[in-house]
Amino acid sequence: MLFTVNKSPLTSDNLKTCLRFAKKGNSVLLYEDGVYGAIPGTKVESVVKEALKSIEVFALKEDLKARGFGEVIDGVKLVDYAGFVGLVEEHNVCPWL
Amino acid sequence: MAGEDLNEEERSEEDKKKFLFLMRKAPYGSIYPQGGLEVILIMAAYDQTISVLFADDGVFCLKKGQETAGIHVKDFSSAFKVLESYGVEHLYVDKTSLEERGMKPEDLLTGVEVVSSDEMSGFLSGQDVILPF
Repeated sequence: MLFTVNKSPLTSDNLKTCLRFAKKGNSVLLYEDGVYGAIPGTKVESVVKEALKSIEVFALKEDLKARGFGEVIDGVKLVDYAGFVGLVEEHNVCPWL
Repeated sequence: MAGEDLNEEERSEEDKKKFLFLMRKAPYGSIYPQGGLEVILIMAAYDQTISVLFADDGVFCLKKGQETAGIHVKDFSSAFKVLESYGVEHLYVDKTSLEERGMKPEDLLTGVEVVSSDEMSGFLSGQDVILPF
């Protein structure tokens, strides 16, 4: 299962509830404003780090770059658009809009 | 064929896909939940296996006693109650989302099932298609 998250976790509980339903072995892809969840130093960093113990977290590089960020929390994997498509092909997708 | 009974076209079990509608938005602040309900009714006509899952602000869609005359829109919550007669048998509500909003199961329309986060995870993973509204 791949959850796709596109809302900033700093202004909504979107990521928090998504992570509540994500089970061990599931994946989460952060894109659009969702990528703010991938950067270090935010109030949700600890939440993401905890999640990384049991699930994979991906962030769309282009969206991070567009927002002026490049560095991500240790363990978060960067993907490009082709990687995004690859993940969607590999998983059942649950869009968490 | 026009006028043909839908039952005569019932699909075999193998042809059926499992659709889950994920309702996560409050009822009158956007058009999403109404749109979701319309798509549910359309899909139900195609004899597919349909579940509807309410989480986050989506649980507000099922609040009892909605009176919308004052905001000049149709109260569509009553439509959720009749989904069963369209073959949509399961309306699941996330217990945590409900509790976070100070609500109890008895605050909701009848016929819905309040389930744990773990059960919700299970429903999500067993689907062919998940449609978010």
